[in-house]
Amino acid sequence: METYELLQSYWWFLISVLGAALVFLLFVQGGQTMLLGARNDLQRTMMVNSLGRKWELSFTTLVVFGGAFFASFPLFYSTSFGGAYWLWILILLGFVLQAVSYEFRKKKGNVYGTRTFDTFLCINGILGCVLLGVAVGTFFFGAEFTIQKGNLLNTTAPAISTWSPTHGLEAIFCWKNLLLGIAVLFLARMQAALYFINSIDDKTNYRQQRKAVLVNGGIFVLLFIAFLAVLLTADGYQATMQNGHETISVMPYKYFHNFIEMWWALALLLIGVGMVLYAYAKTILCDNYKRGIWYSGIGTALVVMALFWVAGYNDTAYYPSLLDPASSLTIRNSSSSRFTLTVMSWVTVIIPFVVAYIAYAWYSLNKKPITPDEMADNDHKY
Amino acid sequence: MNDLTSLVDWSRAQFALTAMYHWLFVPLTLGLSVIVAIMESVYFKTRDPRWLATTKFWMTIFGINFAMGVATGIILEFEFGTNWSNYSWFVGDIFGAPLAIEGLLAFFMEATFIAVMFFGWKKVSPRFHLASTWLTAIGASLSALWILVANSWMQYPVGMEFNPHEMRNMMDDFWALVLSPVATNKFFHSVLSGWTLAGVFVIGVSAWLLLKKRNAAMAVRSIKVAGWVGLIGILGTLATGDGSAKVVSEVQPMKLAAMEGLYKGSCGQSIVAAGILNPDKKIGDNQAPYLFDISIPCGLSILAEGDPDAFVPGVEDLLAGISLTPEGDTIHGISYAERIERGKAAHDALRRFDIAKAAGDESAMLLAHADLKKDFDYFGYGYFDEAGEAVPNIHMTFYAFHIMVILGGYFLLFYIVILFLAYKQRNFLEGNKWWQLVAIISIPLVWICSEAGWVVAEVGRQPWVIEGLMPARAAISGIPTSSVITTFTLFAIIFTGLLIAEINIMLKYISRKSKENIE
Repeated sequence: METYELLQSYWWFLISVLGAALVFLLFVQGGQTMLLGARNDLQRTMMVNSLGRKWELSFTTLVVFGGAFFASFPLFYSTSFGGAYWLWILILLGFVLQAVSYEFRKKKGNVYGTRTFDTFLCINGILGCVLLGVAVGTFFFGAEFTIQKGNLLNTTAPAISTWSPTHGLEAIFCWKNLLLGIAVLFLARMQAALYFINSIDDKTNYRQQRKAVLVNGGIFVLLFIAFLAVLLTADGYQATMQNGHETISVMPYKYFHNFIEMWWALALLLIGVGMVLYAYAKTILCDNYKRGIWYSGIGTALVVMALFWVAGYNDTAYYPSLLDPASSLTIRNSSSSRFTLTVMSWVTVIIPFVVAYIAYAWYSLNKKPITPDEMADNDHKY
Repeated sequence: MNDLTSLVDWSRAQFALTAMYHWLFVPLTLGLSVIVAIMESVYFKTRDPRWLATTKFWMTIFGINFAMGVATGIILEFEFGTNWSNYSWFVGDIFGAPLAIEGLLAFFMEATFIAVMFFGWKKVSPRFHLASTWLTAIGASLSALWILVANSWMQYPVGMEFNPHEMRNMMDDFWALVLSPVATNKFFHSVLSGWTLAGVFVIGVSAWLLLKKRNAAMAVRSIKVAGWVGLIGILGTLATGDGSAKVVSEVQPMKLAAMEGLYKGSCGQSIVAAGILNPDKKIGDNQAPYLFDISIPCGLSILAEGDPDAFVPGVEDLLAGISLTPEGDTIHGISYAERIERGKAAHDALRRFDIAKAAGDESAMLLAHADLKKDFDYFGYGYFDEAGEAVPNIHMTFYAFHIMVILGGYFLLFYIVILFLAYKQRNFLEGNKWWQLVAIISIPLVWICSEAGWVVAEVGRQPWVIEGLMPARAAISGIPTSSVITTFTLFAIIFTGLLIAEINIMLKYISRKSKENIE
């Protein structure tokens, strides 16, 4: 493999890692959708404060995911964000509401009341999970766009990418994308319940969250099986290099073939699914088991990475155009230059250090679970 | 108004709205994080509970403000894609890198350690807590560094080469971006202006405490810390402002001319310290540019070139491509009309290249590429039909610049007086309500000053998103104007609603907390 191709593959790997981290951290959003159903104010306060110590991480991971995509695959950034305008704007609006809601919800003088900010958190929880799932769904099931770089010289209509007039709404109403989006929502809710079990020391909370794991996890498993069935029978786009030019054509069962041809992706998927199911079953069956979030979280991350790999590796168009296959994006035709990817790759040597300090801070804050007493005397709480 | 103009203007308006809202919160974060970190450092050293109470008081305000900065910031990053998608492709290879590095190096640091800062008082050691507070402050400044590197590159594009095969620019020198003189000046100017702003904010709130005769000792403590941080901030801001002016005169002379409302330049050019522009003045007519002005002889020549006799071009000189020698002889350079012509030639060469590439005609490609290289420096001008399109809004740039400079001078005086009072005239500081009112009124003034600075930087560089290379009209996404109007309205309503909540929370918190004994 040439160095440039290696760099492109490396950056797709990093995108898959960030995507995996983001989907794991969506337990924050999942938890937010459960706040309005809390039994009383104390339980809600404990849930909010438990999530509140992590919301910045999920928010930041989304921002870094976007930044990394911009830097490594700018044609995707240009095409998707500018085209699926409403899809991304709705996601962003949800995160805007989230960013203030933790800090403002209990503060005196917040004008709109605690319930409004809790509703904002719920909106972000639903929009964030479902619409990010929809956005990832378009990686497999395509979007309605064409790209004509020569338009840059058209002084009256210079936009290089053209979209269907609904600008992202069509992606939201595509049932296949929605299937993934709703699956992500229930996964996030299950993970949130597992996180609450792990981070809140309260028996009432434990009982309620176990039920939540049972219900949300069950729905997620059904939806995920349906998604996998749709994915494995779906057509994908195959990119072929000929004389230095890339041609793209439709290939039946492309993602099924990708799993077969990339055994490591299949292995990762199966291990990930196994870990999620293990966490689900053990939490339901074993009394006082509280470590499910770690198995489920790591399993989720592995599954997401495997999905990104079959979307982008093995000469696959990771952003298929439903209007013009030749406009589809591959990691080859949409990436930054070799120089930029090299520079950026040097910067990534810092990643282990970043992961280490996040892990240490996480451990420091979570080594003692939240208790009702702590909520009574904590001088900074949400 | 045609569709493209309308779309460009609404996209500009949306970016301006979100950027200006974001900048309401960022400078306070930059400065207050340092002030809080210093206060906690004193507490760590002395273990004096009064310093702990002071630290926590300001830290809570920091948290309220920080949330709004985060909320408004996420939109900005993604707007480059949603509203300026052509830009994202044309220079994404260069511009994306600092944004990604910002996320990796700065955002994770802030996000991780701010949680420890707020929730770790009883969960981590005092030393780790203090380190977290400092790392939050450092993370905020690191974040500013990378986004300002990116912004500076838009003002002064360096370290890249155009690739006609892909119709985009590609980075070829990373350090040229990071170490460009525009970037270094802009970073220190912006961050230190944040220290200035936060200092005024802390002093203003403390003055209110003194006015109400509540927690006077804490107020004076806060004034001393904020006074020193603010004084360093304003001195640095003024020094880097001077550096910025020299760089702007070199790389964005049209912006400098607009900042001064200068239509016709001269050797030994005076600078307008204060003035009112003639609203009827048009480029090329013989009307006086000012209705009223107070000028300092040779001031602009010194500011721009460090030489009292140097020639500083005005808008009309730049359009005509004219400059003067110290002896008064005219030198003819490249006029804007010629730049437009050569820009169109560059476009034509790129078109020919594209056609030749599709046909596989390599010799035609080579010929077209050579033609493109010859005129590529003027590529962006090819989007214009007349020279006047390349002139920014002179009135807005002029007034914003002068408001910034006048208020900047005022804040230098403000800090000197405040520190003198804090150390030498404490009774006056605590008892005189007039200075206290001045300090309170200074709070909105420092925000006006700070926002005005960005108006100068951003309005003054119009119509370019990348100086000389890409005007705003070529950078937009292919979305309906009505969609942008809708999202503009949504952002305006949401941000305004949240700003009202934030201010109210702060006022309530300060009022409630001031009634407790937190000394």
